[in-house]
Amino acid sequence: MKVLAAMSGGVDSAVAAARAVDAGHDVTGIHLALSRNPQSYRTGARGCCTIEDSNDARRAADVIGIPFYVWDMSERFHEDVVEDFLEEYAAGRTPNPCLRCNEKIKFAAVLDRALALGFDAVATGHYAQLRTGADGLIEMHRAVDDGKDQSYVLGVLTQEQLRHSLFPLGDTPKEAVRAEAAERGLQVAAKPDSHDICFISDGKTGEWLAEKLPEKLQGVNRSGEIVDSSGAVLGSHEGSWRFTVGQRKGLRIGTPAADGKPRYVLDIEPVSGTVTVGSREELAVTGLECVRPLWCGTPPTTPLEATVQLRAHGHEHRAVVTPSGEGFEVSLLDTAEGIAPGQACVIYDSSRVVGSGTIAATSRSVA
Amino acid sequence: MTAYLDHAATTPIFPEAAAAMTAQLALTGNPSSLHASGRSARRTVEESRERIAAVLGCRPGEVVFTSGGTESDNLAIKGMLWSRRREDERRRRLLSSAVEHHAVLDPLRWLDESAAAEVELVPVDGQARIDLERLRARIGADPATVALVSVMWANNEVGTVEPIEEVVAIAAEHAIPVHTDAVQAIGQIPVDFAASGVDALTLTSHKIGGPYGVGALIVRRELSPTPVLHGGGQERDIRSGTLDTPAIVGFATACELAVKRQVEEAARLTALRDRLVEGIRAVVPDAALNGDPVHRLPGNAHFSFPGCEGDALLMLLDARGVECSTGSACDAGVPQASHVLLAMGADESVARSSLRFSLGHTSTDADVDALLEAIGPAVERARAAGQAGARP
Repeated sequence: MKVLAAMSGGVDSAVAAARAVDAGHDVTGIHLALSRNPQSYRTGARGCCTIEDSNDARRAADVIGIPFYVWDMSERFHEDVVEDFLEEYAAGRTPNPCLRCNEKIKFAAVLDRALALGFDAVATGHYAQLRTGADGLIEMHRAVDDGKDQSYVLGVLTQEQLRHSLFPLGDTPKEAVRAEAAERGLQVAAKPDSHDICFISDGKTGEWLAEKLPEKLQGVNRSGEIVDSSGAVLGSHEGSWRFTVGQRKGLRIGTPAADGKPRYVLDIEPVSGTVTVGSREELAVTGLECVRPLWCGTPPTTPLEATVQLRAHGHEHRAVVTPSGEGFEVSLLDTAEGIAPGQACVIYDSSRVVGSGTIAATSRSVA
Repeated sequence: MTAYLDHAATTPIFPEAAAAMTAQLALTGNPSSLHASGRSARRTVEESRERIAAVLGCRPGEVVFTSGGTESDNLAIKGMLWSRRREDERRRRLLSSAVEHHAVLDPLRWLDESAAAEVELVPVDGQARIDLERLRARIGADPATVALVSVMWANNEVGTVEPIEEVVAIAAEHAIPVHTDAVQAIGQIPVDFAASGVDALTLTSHKIGGPYGVGALIVRRELSPTPVLHGGGQERDIRSGTLDTPAIVGFATACELAVKRQVEEAARLTALRDRLVEGIRAVVPDAALNGDPVHRLPGNAHFSFPGCEGDALLMLLDARGVECSTGSACDAGVPQASHVLLAMGADESVARSSLRFSLGHTSTDADVDALLEAIGPAVERARAAGQAGARP
């Protein structure tokens, strides 16, 4: 196959590209330039998109012995990921830009371009496993390395996208990948993992939002009241984007709770700016309403006993997933805490990813 | 087999230049040393200087060796601004064209941003030729404040040969010095320093069949640009740094060969280039040749391929062994729309759809054949990819 290896400059994607070569594919490496203004995001070496990362990717491609190019996806990335991220926050939701990037950039814009240019597949360093099921459909399963499993951020991929994807690292623990990189003479073998949102180079999401959101909101005042679940006003705040559901610190409420227990953000109402806080018990969620469903294979038509994962590296929750008009409803058998609209709900059947949706609303069964 | 069609980026070294350079590499001697070894190296440097001067129409003492085109351009622009300002504080304006190489544009921008000068970039027409009337008007507005005019001899991207003679004539009306970046012109078209009337001229060795990392600024004896690199003062106190004798002798050998073969080579390359241009038009009828169709470098063919991304085409051709360039500057490998094409009035999508094919002394019919065979399918694929990219 002609394979396009997306190389971030990190150790995983470098080893993935090398393994694709070993598997006999005709591999070309590319680095995605995702920053619209190279200087603005590229102030440090953290995250992606730094010149250093691009050079690291190039050196890895040299060592592997494959052609290497930089693809400028900055406009698409800005529109589809960065702007979307801001809009979601402006609407009071908590988005995951990595899923969005996989859905719109890596396995859409890049994949489409690759296929048009004559490639058969895109290989990345994501930790997930692909298998062909009995029905001939491609199944995506969790990686063997639990700690590194990235099937959650790939839960947005459809069958068509999975058919043209390669995840060569899914069967290997991270430490073994690092050792392999060193053995292969790849200089990035000891490079630290990236953790933060790539376009927020210093990792300070709150400050970044505080800087960018006012412009996005065009002067709309997002200050508002902080209330408890009975509606009693406890305080005020200067912008609802400073809060996420489940947040405990930095609420700056003067009066302590009657029971003296810590309070958490339960809900953010984007239009009024009202932030509702309450006890840990009140944080527990038992029902989810999900929209924008994306299925890896055949969409389910009847209720499904499954597990769901609600954030990257989050726990699995046993659940019943029921298809509905616009998406699906999830009844959680194991309650979840700190669940915010905008987060992705990825559905698993054991280790297999069934599909995903975006959480639109949460509910709590009254005890 | 590789079809190398990127001679404007760098051209293979002449075997004679490599031989002269490698022979010199085995010898010891700092040309600034006073003993026999030093004198021997000095002799080689001075002979090289004379050989370069002889073929480029300047005096040996006017050849200032540098590390290459970028340093020569920086030295000419910064050095001339500083020295001319020292003579007369009013001389703060630098006039240039909008299609210069980054080695000219970026020093200009830096000087402008650091308030050391006021930079005015004169627009060009749709074929990248500088607008002489605008240049005349800008100079005429306040001639006493112009420190330097810098206009390239030939454009590195689209190959247009600039009207240097006219630029010199306009500047001469007010006795304003002219610098020209002739990096692409030497060996392709006739260049005679004294006859041209320019005051300073940039050239670099690796574009004319010599080694990398060496070049020269030819600068009239009467002028003393302020140094950019201070130190031992080896080159007329204009440029410091131990002279690289092996590189210099390789450079001189290449310069001699390139200029001596220029007429014959220009005729050969023009025929080859015209075949390339006609061939591309036959395969891709809507491909548009950019730059001046007549006043252009013999080895340059620069095309826009509507609906294609230049970098996609480059990749597809590279995979088939055809090497060319998008002709645009690369920051960290991120392709930027060419400032040259934008200045020529092209919109961003046209600017991004362009490829430069440049021929040189090793180019053959087989190279052109390889391109003509590969370009059709590549354009077809790149168009499909361009449409895929446009999908919402």
